[in-house]
Amino acid sequence: MAKTIPADSVGLVGPELIHFDEPLVLRSGSVINDYDLMVETYGELNADKSNAILICHALSGDHHAAGYHDAANEKEKPGWWDYCIGPGKAFDTNQFYIVSLNNLGGCAGSTGPSTINPETGKPFGPDFPIITVRDWVNSQARLADHLGIEQWAAVIGGSLGGMQVMRWAISYPLRLRHAIIIAAAPKLSAQNIAFNEIARQSITSDPDFHAGRYHDHDTYPKRGLTLARMIGHVTYLSDGAMRDKFGKDAIKGNFGRDLRTGKLNFSYEVDFQVESYLQYKGESFSGQFDANTYLLITKTLDYFDPAVDFDSDLSKAFAQSNCKYLVISFSSDWRFPPERSKEIVNTLLKAKQQVSYLEVEADQGHDAFLLPIPRYINALKSYLGCVAAEFDEQFDEKIDAQPEDQGEHPNAG
Amino acid sequence: MRADLEIIQQWIAPGSRVLDLGCGDGSFLAHLKKEKAIRDCGLEIDADNINLCLQAGVNVIEQDLNKGLSNFESGSFDTVLLAHTLQTVERPDILVEEMLRIGKNCIITFPNFAHWRHRLKLLSGGNMPQSSSLPYEWYDTPNIHHCTIRDFDSLCRERTIKILHRTVVDFNHRSSFLMKLHPNLFGINAIYHFTR
Repeated sequence: MAKTIPADSVGLVGPELIHFDEPLVLRSGSVINDYDLMVETYGELNADKSNAILICHALSGDHHAAGYHDAANEKEKPGWWDYCIGPGKAFDTNQFYIVSLNNLGGCAGSTGPSTINPETGKPFGPDFPIITVRDWVNSQARLADHLGIEQWAAVIGGSLGGMQVMRWAISYPLRLRHAIIIAAAPKLSAQNIAFNEIARQSITSDPDFHAGRYHDHDTYPKRGLTLARMIGHVTYLSDGAMRDKFGKDAIKGNFGRDLRTGKLNFSYEVDFQVESYLQYKGESFSGQFDANTYLLITKTLDYFDPAVDFDSDLSKAFAQSNCKYLVISFSSDWRFPPERSKEIVNTLLKAKQQVSYLEVEADQGHDAFLLPIPRYINALKSYLGCVAAEFDEQFDEKIDAQPEDQGEHPNAG
Repeated sequence: MRADLEIIQQWIAPGSRVLDLGCGDGSFLAHLKKEKAIRDCGLEIDADNINLCLQAGVNVIEQDLNKGLSNFESGSFDTVLLAHTLQTVERPDILVEEMLRIGKNCIITFPNFAHWRHRLKLLSGGNMPQSSSLPYEWYDTPNIHHCTIRDFDSLCRERTIKILHRTVVDFNHRSSFLMKLHPNLFGINAIYHFTR
């Protein structure tokens, strides 16, 4: 029996692998001669190509942002931002053409460390160059060229995705009308980098890592990647969110420390639910994600600093941008807390840019940006409603501007 | 549109930069955008109002006026507006100074606590006055710094603030002969346009 797909879903979708054969010069000076990007799109591009939205993914995201891939698999979960993307949803596919890709260096089909290097016949592994946010955005601009999109109606992303949005606004000021930056930061803090370094050390110190050439040894650093993800996962949650998740037993003063079997083991076995949960999450992630990509993307995060070309003054970087901004933060996010989003907002104000900002009360920590929190979703919907009205108006103006007497359209009648 | 906003908008130059402190649902900024092509920025703390601003296409920033405006650069706006909010903030004097720092000119409206009905209520009954412009009990009112037209005039004098316009109006935001004669006694709402 085929599964039932909700009416407001984009339904069954399939990715497309797009090849680019113009060499891409990277920030590091390295060159990628040619590459593939795995891309998914939802909705229809309108006649004047003014209704396109680019979705930028975060650390572990990919091109599959909405809908389903497998009609037969009833257990399949939809894409990672499915509650936002679909007919009548905040990113309304009746109005917008939505483009989502797996970034360069990723491990979901785009060229990355696990791609076979044609020169060696083996995966690139540690030889794959470090990619920066700027490089991603340059590759995304080529994707826009390929799709015939001169200017995005909006570029949207959360966390590391929000950093790509900022880079778009700075590097390509004429190629987007709206920038939506969610749960992001203008650059990483020392604490953020510290967590990334612990994650990297976990991976590289795993004996199965083999200096990044684990494919050659027919293995992968399962233990290290599991640990890295466990650390990352804790930084995505909040204390409150963990109390809620692991404090369901109504014991006073439990502080979210539900026992796994109802009693202490008095050993080094798993006692608490949070321990087994983290191990499970970490292990399942390690089976799906490439360790070299994880290392690469943590470096991409660490290196992000769009002010670097502007005397470390981010307002100078933003001053040349030409879009409107919406910035959103979440109250319990301690990875990129509201203060970091306010830095972005205040810098935009200093740069005399048009910006809206909201701080959403939410207990889910950094993960909140991936969750259907009503105030957050309503804000996206309200804002994008105005974005859609703009290109409707532009289209009307174009029709109005056409001369009255054009003769009969060849296809009329 | 509210009549007080009708009065205010004549002081706002086309194409100017307007900062609206406590912009509510953003309808006034939306109106100014449409009629005067202003560059808009509103501050608001109410979540529902913020969403209405986004729906109206108004730039809105979630920010508490009581936590200051230090994130706004000096002279970065042409007009800074504070409509019916002065009496609700913790330090109205500091806010007025901040408005003067950020804006080339400022507009403030507030309910006049010295209106004769309020005076009469306090004199006769001895209770804190309530009226349609001040519909709260003393313990739940957001209006924590009531002020009168004479009070605001004194503040302007002390701080060498130059009053460009002062209009005193009734509930319907109309002025009358009595209000012009004795603004502090007959004026219900005060509208000040000032600079330094």
